[in-house]
Amino acid sequence: MRSKSFLRCSWLMSAAAVVALSLSARAQLSTVQQQEWLNSPAATSHIGNITGNAKAAAPVYRRYCVGCHGELGDGNGEVAQWLQPPMYPKPRDFQLGIFKCRSTPTGTLPTDQDLFDTIARGLDRSSMPIWNTFTKDERADLVAWIKHFSPRWQNEKAGTPIQIPPEPEITPERVKAGQEVFGRVQCWKCHGVQGMANGPSASTLTDDLGAPIWPYNFTDGSRPKCGNTDRDLYKIFMTGLDGTPMPSFVDNIKPDEAWDLVFYLRTLQPHNAFNAKERQIAKQLGLKPVSPQ
Amino acid sequence: MISSRRSLAGSLLLVLVLGCFQNAHALPAFARKYGLRCSACHESWPMLNYFGQKFKDNGYQLMNDRDAPIWQNPSYWPVTFRITPIWHRVSDARVSEDVVPGSAVSGTVERRVESSGFDLSGLDFHTGGTLEKNFSFYVLPSSDSTATFHFETVMGRLDNLFGSSWLNVKFGKFELDNLLSEKRILTLTTNGGIYQTYHFMPVGDNNIFGQIGDNQLGIEYMGHSADDRTRISAALLSSSDGNVGLVTGANSYTGFFTGSQAFDAGKLGVERIGFYAMVGEAATFYKTSGGVPIPGSGIGNKGFSRVGFVGQFYFGPHFDLQVVTQHGSDNVYFGQGFGNATDPNDGTPANDLPNNTPGTVLPATARAPSWNGATFEAHYVYSPQLIFIGRFELERMSQQALTTNPSNLGNITSYTIGYRYNPFMTSRAGFAWHNEYNFMHQDLTSFYGNNVNSSELLIGFDFDF
Repeated sequence: MRSKSFLRCSWLMSAAAVVALSLSARAQLSTVQQQEWLNSPAATSHIGNITGNAKAAAPVYRRYCVGCHGELGDGNGEVAQWLQPPMYPKPRDFQLGIFKCRSTPTGTLPTDQDLFDTIARGLDRSSMPIWNTFTKDERADLVAWIKHFSPRWQNEKAGTPIQIPPEPEITPERVKAGQEVFGRVQCWKCHGVQGMANGPSASTLTDDLGAPIWPYNFTDGSRPKCGNTDRDLYKIFMTGLDGTPMPSFVDNIKPDEAWDLVFYLRTLQPHNAFNAKERQIAKQLGLKPVSPQ
Repeated sequence: MISSRRSLAGSLLLVLVLGCFQNAHALPAFARKYGLRCSACHESWPMLNYFGQKFKDNGYQLMNDRDAPIWQNPSYWPVTFRITPIWHRVSDARVSEDVVPGSAVSGTVERRVESSGFDLSGLDFHTGGTLEKNFSFYVLPSSDSTATFHFETVMGRLDNLFGSSWLNVKFGKFELDNLLSEKRILTLTTNGGIYQTYHFMPVGDNNIFGQIGDNQLGIEYMGHSADDRTRISAALLSSSDGNVGLVTGANSYTGFFTGSQAFDAGKLGVERIGFYAMVGEAATFYKTSGGVPIPGSGIGNKGFSRVGFVGQFYFGPHFDLQVVTQHGSDNVYFGQGFGNATDPNDGTPANDLPNNTPGTVLPATARAPSWNGATFEAHYVYSPQLIFIGRFELERMSQQALTTNPSNLGNITSYTIGYRYNPFMTSRAGFAWHNEYNFMHQDLTSFYGNNVNSSELLIGFDFDF
């Protein structure tokens, strides 16, 4: 079992890395630089066999996105002032180049596919709608457009997606092991021992910009922000949600243990399309909440 | 010519003045709730785009777990007002006119009547949204320009029953599930402000119940895929054309069915094709008391149908073409003026007795009228703030109600062009500088059986807040 001090240290290092990145990224692109970027061959995205073109996204961005994310992509659209965290998170500041939903390690840029998926999925419990009405080409264009706001995309490449081993068969032992991981890495400190977002740290959390933020409540039926499949859950705690207090646990949880944790987290959720087996096993085991130690 | 130039100069001046407006102090209900600009849901307000259609199909919800009123500021009040002050010039050809004004015995002559002036639309109070997650509503008291109100929409909806987007049930008075919705039409003139295809009635026909452009009373099942690519609906309606009080005849119902499928066409956009079918029965006779129809006593139900194809074709982010076709047919009784008895003293001879009296014998030349129609509406969206509109409609009789009628009697050809310019685009209010021209031609419908051409030029402020 890892020590609390190690975990604290890991959190601090992640936070420091993100803050450092955000400070460097804050060196905004000038309008001229943005235009140069838009005219360069790099102003593209690649999702499967689709190539997105940043310039083609301009009318789409201005119709659908600019109200929140702003003309400059700084998250200061006209309605940003009305979005009050933690009930409504502030719109993403694309100039920072920091994104919650990634398949890549913490501190790295997301892949084009990550951004492409986020647009279609939306972000539950925020003002970001589910934009699955766009064509794939439009979404790919938007991904390229989003990238032109931050100098990070000029200086860095996207991170390498983490390796996710095949999902094993769920067993009662795995669910119990997942509960042990839940206690060991102290998920309960924020998410609460029953996953109700009422852990001792829950009320103190802020994001990197200092805005209050709530941990995810597993029990209220809402969807996790970065997807609700088992692989999505796996990615969330192994990559962390950059810009938020949710760190990457890739150094604390082995890949096999990560699947155990996914199975246990499913038992905390109310009945949905993904967790029938997990809930049945939890019932058979008579699982009690972890002890906050 | 001079007045036209003045109109043009005035229009340009107003565009320049409006270009300076940046502040609005009012709050359209949905945009304010979600912080989205009008353009997110509207191709040009009030016409929905694909995302807006999905939002509506979800029960005015984004499905982001922030749809319930509990997540709104307690002062939030989901109300939007809409009204349109206008100037318009109307020109009607071949109006039957006394040869000597004021003399009913001087004979009549057909002349053109032109009028112009400042005017006003009615006022709409839109209020809608969610009562709780997956419980939505819409109430729309609407007035005519003299402030006489009626309920245009009153409906509650159960959304996503059992967690499925395929199970939604609406109850009350509501807009039919038309992809090209007349309630969200972009044009405002008398003849161009409606879709002729949605309201066409053959000459002499008195079936008011098949007007798919009108809101109707009933219950509607609607289902759609999560991304709204596939949509289906089926509604059971009272055959009353939305009139309350069951005055047009009890125990007659109409079904309205729609289905559509959208396709990802890459750079072109999302294309959609579908169909609609309205099949119903309505009363043709009324029991009488003292010779006057007894409200709600309709009997002698006869059938009618309206079926057609719908297409929404996009050619990139700036240009689209919307198409609706229709084949309509009415029972022979409707063709002879039977049907509506909502107001037998409304001055319309077709509504008066004895047409709706049981036992009336039809002329030997009577036939069931049928017709075909089509609406083509093109949009060039220069930006979310400026849209150009062009519409062409044609309605052609296939079979007249009487064999003695000329085959083209009542045919309609209508052209509408216009543009709407929104000097600002925010989530707070909608404001459009609206210019429009409509020309409509009807075959042989004047008093003396001549063709009738009508036109209207309209300039106005269309705003909601």
